[in-house]
Amino acid sequence: MNRFAQLLDRLAYESSRNSKLRMLADYFRTTPDPERGYALAAMTGALSFTHAKPAIIRALIAERTDPVLFAMSYDYVGDLSETVALLWPAPQTERRNVAPPSLGDVVHGLQQVGKAQLPQLLASWLDDLDETGRWALLKLITGGLRIGVSARLAKTAVASLGDHDPNEIEEVWHGLSPPFLELFAWVEGRQERPSANNPAPFRTPMLAHAWDEADFDKLDPADFSAEWKWDGIRVQAVAGTDEEGRRVARLYSRTGEDISKSFPDLMEMLCEAHFGDVSIDGELLVVIEGAVQPFGTLQQRLNRKSVTQKLVAQYPAHIRAYDVLSENGEDLRELPFADRRARLESLVARLAHPRLDLSPEIPFSDWPALAQARRDPASAGAAAAADAIEGVMLKRRDSVYVPGRPKGLWFKWKRDPFNVDAVLMYAQRGHGRRSSFYSDFTFGVWKGSELVPVGKAYFGFTDAELKELDRYIRNHTRNRFGPVRELDFSMDQGLVLEIAFEGLSRSTRHKSGVAMRFPRIARIRWDKPAREADQIEVLETWLDVGLRQSAPNAT
Amino acid sequence: MPVSRGKTSCFTGWAARPRANWPALTYLSGQMALSDLLTLTPPGLYCPAADVHIDPVRPVPRALITHGHSDHARAGHGRVLATAQTMAIMALRYGAQFCESQQAVAYGERVTLNGIEVSFHPAGHVLGSAQIRLQGPSGCVVVSGDYKRAYDPTCAPFELVRCDAFVTEATFGLPVFRHPDAAGEVAKLLRSCALFPERAHLVGAYSLGKAQRVMKLLRLSGWDKPIWIHGALEKITHFYQSEGIDLGDIRKVSAADRATLAGEIIICPPGQLADLWSRKFPDPVTAFASGWMRVRARARQRGIELPLVISDHVDWDDLCATISETGASEIWVTHGAEEAIVHWCQTRGLDARPLHILGYGDDEVEALAEGAP
Repeated sequence: MNRFAQLLDRLAYESSRNSKLRMLADYFRTTPDPERGYALAAMTGALSFTHAKPAIIRALIAERTDPVLFAMSYDYVGDLSETVALLWPAPQTERRNVAPPSLGDVVHGLQQVGKAQLPQLLASWLDDLDETGRWALLKLITGGLRIGVSARLAKTAVASLGDHDPNEIEEVWHGLSPPFLELFAWVEGRQERPSANNPAPFRTPMLAHAWDEADFDKLDPADFSAEWKWDGIRVQAVAGTDEEGRRVARLYSRTGEDISKSFPDLMEMLCEAHFGDVSIDGELLVVIEGAVQPFGTLQQRLNRKSVTQKLVAQYPAHIRAYDVLSENGEDLRELPFADRRARLESLVARLAHPRLDLSPEIPFSDWPALAQARRDPASAGAAAAADAIEGVMLKRRDSVYVPGRPKGLWFKWKRDPFNVDAVLMYAQRGHGRRSSFYSDFTFGVWKGSELVPVGKAYFGFTDAELKELDRYIRNHTRNRFGPVRELDFSMDQGLVLEIAFEGLSRSTRHKSGVAMRFPRIARIRWDKPAREADQIEVLETWLDVGLRQSAPNAT
Repeated sequence: MPVSRGKTSCFTGWAARPRANWPALTYLSGQMALSDLLTLTPPGLYCPAADVHIDPVRPVPRALITHGHSDHARAGHGRVLATAQTMAIMALRYGAQFCESQQAVAYGERVTLNGIEVSFHPAGHVLGSAQIRLQGPSGCVVVSGDYKRAYDPTCAPFELVRCDAFVTEATFGLPVFRHPDAAGEVAKLLRSCALFPERAHLVGAYSLGKAQRVMKLLRLSGWDKPIWIHGALEKITHFYQSEGIDLGDIRKVSAADRATLAGEIIICPPGQLADLWSRKFPDPVTAFASGWMRVRARARQRGIELPLVISDHVDWDDLCATISETGASEIWVTHGAEEAIVHWCQTRGLDARPLHILGYGDDEVEALAEGAP
């Protein structure tokens, strides 16, 4: 457990993906089975401990510390697990002279022990671990590792032990379980690849490159099929039948995360016998009376552990199908897109389910026609759904389904973002290799003669621009609050940033009342006086009217 | 999150609490009060009987100095009494004329001032650091200065001095601060060097004491490559070496070196980690050796990637143990997280009070000042 704790501790402070990968690979290479397998399980969300609740931890620490000292400490540290980890007193009894628990001990212990014995077991582990070990244990059992490692990253690190492609792991992943002995045996070349005897496996999806307008000249519109890019989340809906003849259904996110639990309504659909064994690539949306709802509405259904009937009824989930990857045992990924599309059309027609429909093709004869459709989806047949459209997708008719992001086959051509001119108000130093730069920027727009912050941006600039911004910030600081600098801003002074963003919603959490989706710096307006930055009313109108109709850049 | 509380309380305390009467020690030994032995005045702790201040924060005619950190040792006093090493450090920092006259004392040597017997005893904080003991007819007071009880191969170890009243620091006076074994923290640094041989490891450390302790710990852990240092560390490090502390091959980083130091360890004042200076190193890993690194929010706030929990102050357990072992029944807390330790003392029947001395910070304040380009 202590070794795993040290890894988590180090990962928690590391921001670079490559460095994280190195630390993970080093850990997996040097840690024996089954310990590393349980670590992989912890980082991929494959473990959950139902009895361990913060209340138990609070009770344990209350028995052992002065309440005044605990309150002062918690107030200072600000995080319960960390406070308890640091505050936990050395055991009063004689040292038990035993090794601290391994991660495997913890996993088994938590599975076997009942709710009543849990506090005692937990206390004995906390006695035997050091500060970092206690912190990791408490984070692990309360389900909040928050170390910035995705399941995908952990799998990529495992794959790197044997020079494998992480997609090879994805394909067998859902047939495996902790501590993943066969998986490590395979990547280390000691055993055959584990079989994917998984009735509803995940297949790594095919992704698109951004469309470059220069591509127009090089590509023939006749080679391409176009459809809308829907503003939901990309999913893979898989139905199958296990060895005992039971129906199995799973819904995977783009990265292979199993999100079935949040969508009992879709599971019910996929389990219907006439669906057969099928794997559909599509967009997850909320559709109410035929109308696709904005992304903000879909968010009501995401990341929920328990799903109520009411929630399902209020925000009915829907799959808009893009592609079919397999059908009744037949892998369709080797077929050209046009053939798969034909199979998909007949499949969706055969299944005839109200929660499943086909992503329509956009008819176009040449690139200007497609550009027109992208600009104004309503005119190209999208009608009322226009607000839920992020842009258009282009797929070569002859493209086979290649996992990952192959070049030259699929393109996404997003609608232009919204733009607003805002004034730089606060800056904070970045982390890791950016720790000597002010790289986190809070910006605001005018509300009368006052600036109100409307968002934060961390990227969108080049390295050279970052240096210029950093210099500007160091020379125009009005106040410093710890790591944050407040800049000189007024009607007559300040730096204007052109901020691009993808969407806007109302927010009670922000003083300005609005929250931006995916804001970034589009341009630094060294030339523009602060007083000419936008007014909050501009954002408010976009909210009131519905975004696309009035956005100046949408045309 | 009030992460700066430990620091701000000692700065705001003074202004927020105007005092008509300076508190005096009220401990009664037999029938005599200790109030003639120690009181608090605006420049700091004062012994009326001997007419000397201890670690005053503004110039005074006669001062006793516990150690060389700039929040305790300031220039401009009349007469200064301190250990020879502290005196030498003050001369390095402020120039030879930092006061009108100096008198160096050895650890354990007894000097009598107006009938008060004064002696200096090792505090284990940094080279030359001392606790100051005042023995008068009414009893005995010990002023700790800053101190620690953990192993430090670069200075004399803390010596326990029994007393009636103990004036202690409480920089890390919260029970969440338990410093781990420093060798384990250095091992963390060495593991990172092994995992990322193509990156430079930049270690922020206070220039007096912490930096040299880290160098020595690296040597004891078997690091035999040169250790590179920022120019601001040079004078003090040379002084440590001249005092017979073997730090091995220490090299000053020149501007031209910076880009070539992949795989090397560079020690610099903490302020330099976020400075333009740090940019030229190959993909630097930023480490910071400080007791504050125990709390994650503190480390993250500073953008540290490799926090090393190495402190030159007592942690909570040692603070409580030291208070008990001195046998003192009256405890004054000069600076740090006073409330928690005062509360702890009270639960044990000890008379304790916070002093909120203005101007003592943790050494971090000093480090930031040094970090200015």
